[in-house]
Amino acid sequence: MKKAEPFVSTTNACKMCTPMGAALAFKGLEGCVPFLHGSQGCATYMRRYIISHFREPMDIASSSLGEKDAVYGGKANLMQGLLNVIGKYKAQAVGIATTCLTETIGDDVSMILHEFKKECLAGLNGDMPALVHVSTPSYGGSHMEGFHAAVRAMTGQLADPEAAKHDGVNLFSGFVSPEDIRHLQDIFAHFGLPMTILPDYSETLDGPALEDYQNIPGGGTPLDAVRAMSGARASIEFGRTIKPDLSAGEVLREKYGVTHHSLGLPIGLRESDALFTTLESLAGCAAPRRYALERGQLLDAMVDGHKYVAGKKAVVYGEEDLVVGITSFLSEIGVKPVLVASGGESGGLSEAIAAVTEEFPGEPPLVRDGVDFYQIVAEAEALEPDLVVGNSKGYRGLARARNIPLIRVGFPIHDRFGSQRVLHVGYRGALNLYDMIVNALIKKKQDDSPIGYGYI
Amino acid sequence: MEPVIFEERKAQIQRKGAKGAEPFSISCNKNSLAGAVSQRACVFCGSRVVLYPIADALHLVHGPIGCAVYNWDIRGAMSSGPELHRLSFSTDLREKDVIFGGEKKLYQALLELIDLHKPNAAFVYSTCIVGIIGDDLKAVCKKVEAEKGIPVIPVQSEGFKGNKREGYLAACQAMFTLVGTGDTSAISPLSVNILGDFNLAGEIWIIQDYLRRMGVEVVANITGDGRVEEVRRAHGAALNLVQCSGATMDLAKMMQQKYGIPFKKVSYFGIEDMSDALYEVAKFFEDKDPEIMTRTRELVREELRDLYPKLQLLRKDLVGKKAAIYVGGAFKAFSLVKSFRHLGIDVVMVGSQTGTQEDYQELAEITDEGTIVVDDTNPLELSAFIKEKDVDIFVGGVKERPIAYKLGVGFCDHNHERKEALEGFLGMYNFAKEVHATVTSPVWNFTPRRRKSPIASPDVPACAATGRVS
Repeated sequence: MKKAEPFVSTTNACKMCTPMGAALAFKGLEGCVPFLHGSQGCATYMRRYIISHFREPMDIASSSLGEKDAVYGGKANLMQGLLNVIGKYKAQAVGIATTCLTETIGDDVSMILHEFKKECLAGLNGDMPALVHVSTPSYGGSHMEGFHAAVRAMTGQLADPEAAKHDGVNLFSGFVSPEDIRHLQDIFAHFGLPMTILPDYSETLDGPALEDYQNIPGGGTPLDAVRAMSGARASIEFGRTIKPDLSAGEVLREKYGVTHHSLGLPIGLRESDALFTTLESLAGCAAPRRYALERGQLLDAMVDGHKYVAGKKAVVYGEEDLVVGITSFLSEIGVKPVLVASGGESGGLSEAIAAVTEEFPGEPPLVRDGVDFYQIVAEAEALEPDLVVGNSKGYRGLARARNIPLIRVGFPIHDRFGSQRVLHVGYRGALNLYDMIVNALIKKKQDDSPIGYGYI
Repeated sequence: MEPVIFEERKAQIQRKGAKGAEPFSISCNKNSLAGAVSQRACVFCGSRVVLYPIADALHLVHGPIGCAVYNWDIRGAMSSGPELHRLSFSTDLREKDVIFGGEKKLYQALLELIDLHKPNAAFVYSTCIVGIIGDDLKAVCKKVEAEKGIPVIPVQSEGFKGNKREGYLAACQAMFTLVGTGDTSAISPLSVNILGDFNLAGEIWIIQDYLRRMGVEVVANITGDGRVEEVRRAHGAALNLVQCSGATMDLAKMMQQKYGIPFKKVSYFGIEDMSDALYEVAKFFEDKDPEIMTRTRELVREELRDLYPKLQLLRKDLVGKKAAIYVGGAFKAFSLVKSFRHLGIDVVMVGSQTGTQEDYQELAEITDEGTIVVDDTNPLELSAFIKEKDVDIFVGGVKERPIAYKLGVGFCDHNHERKEALEGFLGMYNFAKEVHATVTSPVWNFTPRRRKSPIASPDVPACAATGRVS
């Protein structure tokens, strides 16, 4: 059964809403409490969704608007809510994202915050936390637009125009896993390159067991480091489909002349090469031997395993930048991406996919943006894929229905353990993905075999 | 611990037997405090949660994508047949719809989805944005209903119009439009509707089995494993059994008023409440079937004969442990307090998102001195209560789980995402097993609150990196 084109409704969306992305990004700023200006349900729904992936506390405050606030405006609730969060959480920063409700009733959040700062400064003993504001009506894009807008808002609103020039590099790593963030930090450290990664939720969303409950988990990009971003020697931003008006690197370039390097998410060999060569030129020296070794080990694995994966057909779905990276990698190892799909609608997906697949012969993959899982499943029908790469939400319709493996990457992973520790980036991330893919295909062959060899 | 409690919330937290706390009184059923990180959701969530398990209906969320996506197939509400409820339908409103109105899109979406999925009814949920832009949901539904010949029912669940309770009411009102439209001719005089059971992990089938063994027919499951046709003929049942009274009591009251069907408040959690529920049913039908009480006693005896020895084995490891409970509806809290008693566990904190004054009164009555009773709490308070009372197990939902785990405390998921059956006598055993598994885990020996880390002492300077990075 197929819906008649063009579809009006969305069935099983392959995207989330903008404020969710903003809340996640704000979670990566040190001492920051994400705050949604809207009705109570948005915050609670997203908290549950995020907690189920990271298995960590995820407090999102809400201005909890009621009916009369929707009529007369949410200003009183926003101000009261901010005071409460600042008072109880001792927040150093509050990341305020709007929702469809407050965008539509027309609350002027910038002005309300301006008033808040004036009126409440004395009550807070002059200790006003950093207030970052981003406009995220949920009818205006997907969670990735919200994520990038929040990163850009933090950068644009906090970076200090007077910041002293320094040798550090800004890294806007996009929506990657906590393990990815840690790996990127290690890479920079090994290059001897001081860096500020934003957002850094590697600890806030993958925290240790501690003696006491932390109202705001430790970790996150230090506020001072964000303030100093305007003085950095360069920025690197991952994501081939980020539009300039959502790019944090662009805002620093435009306002402060910080050199901006726009790269793809470093997934797979070539996209990782692009990162490492950029780092080499920034550091003015060759990559440390361990990375040459990792790259070599990745290539060695790609050779050792190439026949297990040769010619296998994959369906890839998820955030646009993620699927570009995954598709790039799959193409390199000899898996044929037959369908690349996303709920996102940046407009840049086709071009980005073409760029990472053009060097390989054969039919390029079908690229579908702005689609839902209903369409992805329908489209996959005729393509007879051998494996699926994406988040948990394609399990039932794509993987289980066809009895083929799902390689779980990205967000959300709600049906496996350790989602926050999935490594996607760098040579080592590619190795990790490679092992997962090869083993899934071996397992499939083994499970389907009537003989039950323990030697394959 | 006082500093974590907001001045505005003090009246929503009581300690049983504390000075000045007699007679027991608590403030509740208020809007959540802005900035307090309430564990509650919204009106839409309340409606969605009640209607979701109706498996042969189309559930279309009229709004931006978020409202539909965060509840797509997350819940463990099972169906024995169609599974349309496991799909997530949304009009996915965009900026231009917000500006020009979403009625046309809603109309087209309904036609397209009804043609494709052939549902037996459609529920159309209103969200915040729809309330603001003023789409006439009713008119669109009426038009589609006329064209497609199935009930198309608007659910007035704009998120900001209150809390979950208003959502429950909107859901009950929506279902009530179906009740009374089906054929009731073949229904047994010994018949009930099951209200407020959502068939999580197949629980309603456990209850149905008990009722069948007692000789009672179930007319409508409302809403676990629910079907449109069942709801339509629900007015033919002799009795409504209402669990989760917050969610479906409104429907029971409407049916009592219009069709004269009496209702009984029940719970299927724990030994007492499960047995009481069955005995209540037996008592109700005793004049029609004098043997029913004997059959019911035999059923309960049989189940308990099997259950008790198994519980005793688990209980010996649990005696003297302390529990905290924070759940959505208060009825579950009552049953949990009693269930924990069977396991020798004291409940030292109990609360709910949407309890009423009477609910909390009753909770105070069945708990021990010093127990904290709380309405609409938040992570800061919960973590403070858990620490203060030094609890061994916390019962709640996914949002509460990390609070327990971060504090090194066991946890049992008693919310709608769970995939374990906890109702009935079988459910009591599953519950006890889960409590036992978490409370007796060796991991608590090592969590930092119980045992300090032997490495990285803050009193000793940390080793400097060796520089062997190349």
